[in-house]
Parts: sequence; structure tokens; C-alpha cells
Amino acid sequence: MTGESRHADGERAAASSPDGPTLSVRDLQVHFPITSGFLIRRQTGAVKAVDGVTFDIAPGETLGLVGESGSGKTTTGRAILQLQRPTAGSVEFRGVELTSISAKKMRPFRSEMQIIFQDPYGSLNPRMSAGRIIGEPLTVHGLGGDQDQRLERVAELLKRVGMNPAMMGRYPHEFSGGQRQRIGIARALAGAPSFIVCDEPVSALDVSIQAQILNLLSDLQTEFNISYLFIAHDLSVVRHISDRVAVMYLGKIMEMATSVELYENPMHPYTRALMSAVPIPDPALERQRERIVLAGDIPSPINPPSGCVFRTRCPIATDECGEVLPDLVDHGGGHQVACIKV
Amino acid sequence: MTSDPAPVANAAPHLLDVRNLATRFATAEGCVQAVDGVSFHIDEGETLGLVGESGCGKSVTSLSVMRLIPTPPGEITDGSVLFEGTDLQTLSEREMRRVRGGSIGMIFQEPMTSLNPVLTIGRQITEALGIHLDLNKGAARNRAIEILARVGLPDPASRFSDYPHHLSGGQRQRVMIAMAISCNPKLLIADEATTALDVTIQAQILELLQSLCEELRMALLIITHNLGVVARYAQRVAVMYAGKIIETGAADEIYTTPRHPYTKALLSSVPRLDAITTTRLTSIEGEIPDLVNLPEGCAFAPRCRWVVDRCRVESPELGPSGGSHTAACWEQDRIDHDRLAELQQS
Ligand SMILES: Nc1ncnc2c1ncn2[C@@H]1O[C@H](COP(=O)(O)OP(=O)(O)OP(=O)(O)O)[C@@H](O)[C@H]1O
Ligand SMILES: Nc1ncnc2c1ncn2[C@@H]1O[C@H](COP(=O)(O)OP(=O)(O)OP(=O)(O)O)[C@@H](O)[C@H]1O
Ligand SMILES: [Mg+2]
Ligand SMILES: [Mg+2]
Repeated sequence: MTGESRHADGERAAASSPDGPTLSVRDLQVHFPITSGFLIRRQTGAVKAVDGVTFDIAPGETLGLVGESGSGKTTTGRAILQLQRPTAGSVEFRGVELTSISAKKMRPFRSEMQIIFQDPYGSLNPRMSAGRIIGEPLTVHGLGGDQDQRLERVAELLKRVGMNPAMMGRYPHEFSGGQRQRIGIARALAGAPSFIVCDEPVSALDVSIQAQILNLLSDLQTEFNISYLFIAHDLSVVRHISDRVAVMYLGKIMEMATSVELYENPMHPYTRALMSAVPIPDPALERQRERIVLAGDIPSPINPPSGCVFRTRCPIATDECGEVLPDLVDHGGGHQVACIKV
Repeated sequence: MTSDPAPVANAAPHLLDVRNLATRFATAEGCVQAVDGVSFHIDEGETLGLVGESGCGKSVTSLSVMRLIPTPPGEITDGSVLFEGTDLQTLSEREMRRVRGGSIGMIFQEPMTSLNPVLTIGRQITEALGIHLDLNKGAARNRAIEILARVGLPDPASRFSDYPHHLSGGQRQRVMIAMAISCNPKLLIADEATTALDVTIQAQILELLQSLCEELRMALLIITHNLGVVARYAQRVAVMYAGKIIETGAADEIYTTPRHPYTKALLSSVPRLDAITTTRLTSIEGEIPDLVNLPEGCAFAPRCRWVVDRCRVESPELGPSGGSHTAACWEQDRIDHDRLAELQQS
């Protein structure tokens, strides 16, 4: 393992599987340069989209990544897949360091590590039939065999995601949102992945369809022992699907714990506020719940607050919070919190 | 045909009383009956939640109330919209313009399309204040800044002269909300007003709207697909499916004893933050129906567990389910019976 291991202690519980974690992310940073100047462009600053993120994901495990818009969830996912080169830090996939690998050496990992997007429409080529969309990764990664075998495999994948193989010849616009998401999932499955970044996979779907897709993702995970990084801003969805959850704010992980522990015993003031803001479909319960209303917006990542990045909205912040950068500290059982007040 | 037979004159009038509203669109695929005989009412200080999945007719219902349906292709074909006893359908366009943004405020689903990109946000709010509240320039400016502060826009005095494109999505949505509440509306229609916002911002805005309902006795129509938001903020709920209200009543009753199979299925298909176990969700099989080719009979029949032959030929009207609770289902007694049986078992 390269890179910093300041936070590594709390990770052991997750990494305890005999073969080690599927994915190990250490102190990951992605900074986007901000340039200005008319003729001569100079870097005048940086957007710290991801700023020191550390976690492991075990085989067959789902790590949920929640946080408000702009907190760096998508960038984290893209940096893991090397779709975005990290500024610093390490990403190990099954023991292989990916951040320093050549594009050629990366190729075999491209089929093993997949991504499912929020907008299934935007991510499917409108001029390709469903069959070609799903079959393409087979061709690209040389997994498909001959034409007939490939068609058979596509039909099998369509059936597996709950669709009629006869729909193979149809184009994306002829499908509903839920069906398009199923096609996106089938395409991801074609590469026989062991890890999938699910980036808001159900956020654009209606509730009744959302449940179908969430169930499908759970079933596929059980069947193929796939690890998921499940990105969403909906905490209820994340709690439902995840084994562990990491809460992000301005590029940093504020708290991470098993899903049950996090929801029963949230320790970070941001997690507490976030959870109290999520309404539960139960009027009687809602009348009794505590409501913590945060003031203001998430600050700009170009110029984040000093010390703890959450302190400008934090109900319990003191002067000290502006001076000390809180470490992610283990409070037992892998429950990690980055707050000097807990 | 009106489902509420009480005469307008002597019943205690509701602030808003929508009766048997029907709106359709002519499209290339055929006629879309987007709203099909919808009736509901809201009283002063009350919050009604209108819920349902995409395309069920929530926005068309609210746009019909405000007479903002583009005609053609759209057309209101039936029904009445009584606001403080006056049928808004009978007003002239000029009178209607005074209602919009005056006694009825509205927050639209798409903030960018409803803010004027070439006017500063301050100008847009003060203009409305000038029309509806008859304030002079200085007073309008002060009131606008005060309201922008109230909706949580940081540094409102300097934001006053910004253009909409200077603001983030969340800030634009707050400006929309500021505009909608600036003239102290008696009724505010919030169509997915907070859906695009982060939950912490959503909570800020909805708490603000709730306090306006309490302080100013403002009535609120919350339109959303988020069942949690409705549970937290609405006293009454109306559930829509394929252009019709299929169940309505007090929020507590709808959530604890849903009578319509769609409501029941919808409630059990959403993951809950407080769920103890993370078992499989109960999903509703099939897809939302295509409004151009609606099946004969009940629109939910093709996806319904309790379906009987009658459902496929005859469309049920809203019928009594106890108290103010009504559901449009032939089999609602059997569903309730099954629920009680399940309860006894567990
Ligand atoms: N290519 C880029 N260049 C510059 N800045 C970027 C780039 N991509 C992302 N950012 C910035 O990085 C930050 C994190 O963005 P990211 O998309 O990862 O957030 P997110 O948590 O996925 O948000 P959302 O919930 O809205 O999808 C944001 O401030 C964003 O504006
Ligand atoms: N201008 C229009 N022309 C044709 N059809 C329309 C038009 N506006 C709405 N419709 C149709 O009317 C139906 C109801 O639409 P509406 O916008 O009311 O749904 P909604 O319940 O608000 O959905 P969402 O949750 O997605 O906002 C849909 O089938 C829609 O396609
Ligand atoms: Mg994202
Ligand atoms: Mg709508």
C-alpha cells in the first residue's frame, strides 16, 4: 500500500475478508485547476473536489456515498475508475495500484470495473440498438465469442435484468426510464465486473420503478458477489442498499460507519442534520422527530473554510474548529468521525 | 356530474374548491386526458399534499387551476375552480393576472423558465409588489430584500441587482419562492418546489413555508412525488394516478390505512430512513400507463394484486372509506379486510 495511512486503522474491519478488499482508496485527492488570464492562462486556484478520501470496499460489499450536490461524490467515483486522473493518493483494485498504471495495462480492468449512471438516456448512444449497446463491451473486451454466442449472451443479460430479449432491436428512445436503466445495468454486467460504481442509478426514476431497480441491483450483487460504490443524495435509498455508508461534505468524508450504526447513532453534527432533514413517510412519527435546520448553503469548494469545512453551518462549532483540521477518528467498530467535538 | 353535491352558497366555502376538473391535450399520438374529473379543496391555513408518479397529471392540475394551460394543444374541457367563492374560469384574462402572483402564488417546477433572464431578480420581485401591493419604489425594494433574506438568500441587498444566471440552481429556486410569497398570497401552489434542491435546503424552505401557513394562515398545495415531504408537512393528502385522484383523506389515515392498492403499493415501495431491516422492497410490477392508450376500466388494474373482472370494464369513482377518507377502488373493503387479517397474524 502506498500513500498516507493516517486513517488506515479504522479500515481494518472492512478489510478483514481473507482475500483483502476489492478496492482500497487512500487519501484520494482530485483538484481541478482554475485558470485565468486572457492571453497567458495561469492557474489561480483549485477546486478541491475530492480532498483526502480513504476507504475500502470488501468483495460483495456495498459502500454508500452520500452528500449534498457538489460534495465530490461523482468525482470520487470517476477517479477510482481512472476516468479522472487523481491529483494524489492511491487507488488499489484487487491489490493493483491503478493511479500509476498505463492506459494499456488499465484495459483489462475496464471490464472488471464498471459504472452505471443517473441519466440512463444521456449515457446510452441513441443511434445504437439495445442489443448493440449491451453487446459492445463483449466485443471491446473480446469476451463475446462469435456472433451467435454474443447474441445469446445479450439475450441472457436482457433476461437477467428483467427484460424481454425480443426488445434487443429497439432503440433507447423507445424504452421507458426504468427500462433504459435496466439496459445500462445489462451493459455494465456484460463485462462480468467485480466492482460497479452506481452513480445515482435510481434518482431519475419514479418510486415504483426505483424499487424494481434497487431489488435488481441487490439480486445481482448476491448472485455475482459484486462490490458496489453506491452514490446517491437520497439517504433513505442509501441506507436501504448499503452495508456501510460514508458521508461526504466539500470533498471530505465527515463520518463513516455501518449503515445500521450510522442511522442509529449518527455522531457528526452534519450527519445528524442531514438525517433530520430527510422526511419519513409516516405522519405520526414525523410529528415527534427532532428537526435540525442548517442555515445557508454549502460553501464554494474553491475557497473552503479553514479547519473543519463544515464549521460555517455547524450548530456546535467554536473558534477552535476554524483552526484544527479534524482527522477521521475511529470511535469503535469502524465508526469513524471527523469532528473535534465528538 | 359533480362528485360533491353540496350547493356552493350555503356550505362553508372552501378557500379553493376544484370540482370535476378535466384537461386534455391534442398530441401526435392522440388525445391525452391529462386530468380526468379531479375534485379537491383546501381551506385557509391548511396544507394539502398532491402526490403521484411522473406524468399522472399533478402539474397539469395546478396549471389548470391557474389557467396557464397552453391552448392549443391543451384545453380545459370540464369543471370549475372556485377560489373564495368565485369561479376563476369565468374571470377575464386581466382579472386572472391579478390573481396570479397576488392572492394565489405559485412556484413552478422549472425555475429557469419562470424567471426572466434579462431582468435583475430585484426588479422581478419589486415589479410584482408594485402590481399587487401598490408599494412605492423604496418600500418595494425594502420588502423585496426582506423576503430574499427570509428565504435564506445570502447577502440579499447585494444580490438584488444580480441576474438569474448569476445564481446557483438552489438560489434561483429561492428567488422563485421569494417572488411567490412576496405579495402575501392566500394560497401558495408549490409544484416540486424543492425537488431539485439538497435535503438540507429543502428542509429550510419547507420549514419557512410551514411557518407562513401558521403565521399568515396561508393555504399551501404541495405537489410532489416525495411521500416523506407530504407526511411531514401536509394535513390532508390526495393521491393521483393516470389523471385521477384515486384516494384522498387525512394524512394519518392515508399513511396508516391506505385503501387503494396503488397507494398501498406506493407506500411499501419506498425505502425508509427508519427501516429496521434492509430486506427487499415491495416493488410494483409493470410500468405507469400511457395516457393515450389507457386501459378500459380502472387504470391501475393491469398492475393490481387485487384485480377482479369488474375492474377491467368499469372505472371506479371515489367512494367512502370512513370519515373524510375516500378511495376509488371496487375492492377497497377486501383490501382493508386483508390488512386487518395481516395485522392479526403478526
Ligand atoms: N471537470 C471539472 N472541472 C472543474 N470542476 C469540477 C469538474 N468536475 C467537478 N467539478 C467540481 O467539483 C466539485 C465536486 O463535483 P461532483 O460532481 O463530484 O459532485 P457530486 O457530489 O457528484 O454532486 P452532485 O450530487 O450534484 O452530482 C463541484 O464543485 C464541481 O463543480
Ligand atoms: N403541453 C403538453 N402537451 C401534451 N401533453 C402534455 C403537455 N403537458 C403535459 N402533458 C401530458 O399530460 C400528462 C400529465 O403531465 P403532468 O406534467 O401534469 O405530470 P406530473 O404529474 O406533473 O409529472 P411530473 O411528476 O413528472 O412532474 C403527461 O402525460 C404529459 O405528457
Ligand atoms: Mg454527482
Ligand atoms: Mg409535474
